[in-house]
Amino acid sequence: MMPHTPRPAEAIAADRARYEDHQRKGLAFTPKSPPTPSPIPAPAMVDVLREQAIPGGWYSTFALQPGQTLRLQAHALGSSVSLAAWASPDHSERLNLPDTVKVQWTTELRKGRVLFSDMGRVMLSITEDSSGGHDVLTGGSGPDGAGTPVQRNTRDNMILAAAKLGLGRRDLPMLMTFFAPVRVDAAGRFFWNATLLSGTDWVELRAEMPLVLALSNTRHPLDPTFGEVPPVTLTLQGARAVAADDLCRTATAEAIRGFQNNARG
Amino acid sequence: MQIHDIPAEKPWSGIVLKGQTIRIIDAYGQQAIDTIFYNAHDHTERYSAQDTMREQGAAYITKGTRVMSNDGRVMLTITVDLSGRHDTCAGCCSCESNTVRFGEGTRHLHACRENFILELSRHGMAKRDIVPNINFFMNVPISPNGAMTIDDGISAPGDHVEMVAEMDVLCVISNCPQINNPCNGFDPTPIRVEISD
Repeated sequence: MMPHTPRPAEAIAADRARYEDHQRKGLAFTPKSPPTPSPIPAPAMVDVLREQAIPGGWYSTFALQPGQTLRLQAHALGSSVSLAAWASPDHSERLNLPDTVKVQWTTELRKGRVLFSDMGRVMLSITEDSSGGHDVLTGGSGPDGAGTPVQRNTRDNMILAAAKLGLGRRDLPMLMTFFAPVRVDAAGRFFWNATLLSGTDWVELRAEMPLVLALSNTRHPLDPTFGEVPPVTLTLQGARAVAADDLCRTATAEAIRGFQNNARG
Repeated sequence: MQIHDIPAEKPWSGIVLKGQTIRIIDAYGQQAIDTIFYNAHDHTERYSAQDTMREQGAAYITKGTRVMSNDGRVMLTITVDLSGRHDTCAGCCSCESNTVRFGEGTRHLHACRENFILELSRHGMAKRDIVPNINFFMNVPISPNGAMTIDDGISAPGDHVEMVAEMDVLCVISNCPQINNPCNGFDPTPIRVEISD
């Protein structure tokens, strides 16, 4: 083996102390106002720029400007909405879920959390969320996964959606899937926590930079329901001012540093 | 047998042919080894963390894990694991994510993504080709309540994993230089890769 000279013990101790301070603060996440679940039904949306239903098994693309909000509305159990996101105009900057969960110390993304790009900037804020039941770990269905009777699946939908944005499969990041309450048990195995979903859940995502999104409405492979995949409705709202004490922008030290990176450009 | 000694903080890449075994050795213990696999003949087919986790129904990489591609095909199978558990949720470190995690003062510390960009550039690839990787010998427990944290590594000096290639693969490694968390025991060390028929 190659020889190795250890770093000085004082340097190691100083780095460890700094990390343990970050860890203590990160795991003790206490937002300014507790992120209670958003009420059902969702209030009527004003200033609607675009509304689109995605039939079960299909996909869509959206372009968002900073401050605009996209609502995802489920109408029945069986729909899960997978998301990929890219910055405009540099599509090499994209949703990075490993960074998103790592810097926020949690795989449970819900109201008050933010989604990071690979460049340490915030792409989207989860400003409303009725369920907290979402998946960052397992993606969607593969070629032989759950689909509609014609076997549409998340992977193929994402290749198709990306293509219509001028992108290819090299550009597909790990997917976040909404209305998919995948959790990890003590042994590391996944399970579907169905109690989190009501069937008419909704989420709102606020764009924090110019973005293009790909969204696929398919049945999650861990979802035990069967039959036709219900449609979901996507509604885009015009940009609004963000309050200085906005929950997503102030909830954690990591979110604050992420928005500082956004401001640096 | 090929032997590749990889210095601390450095990248490496090499081909593993179908049927060959690659052994990755954590020579000094507690060293995260960030690893991505690509189909050697079509780099657009590459390691997929989500396909790998979903297919095995569990979050951690260990003996028996089938390393899956974005086409849902098995790239390699893990046949030996002396350490017991490896991460594939936390991705690689970067200068940019370090600023979010540890503050702007860490922007100019070396990071795995710098390694990956430079090593991939030798194969005609770029930043967009860096997919979420396997972190061999990195300990990232996930709690049932979703909490996740990078804890002290559990690997001892000389621990290794072995994988049998199920297709010809390009293996790209960043020997992690991170000193802001315990993934390398705050002291990045050299590693060894062996490839045998």
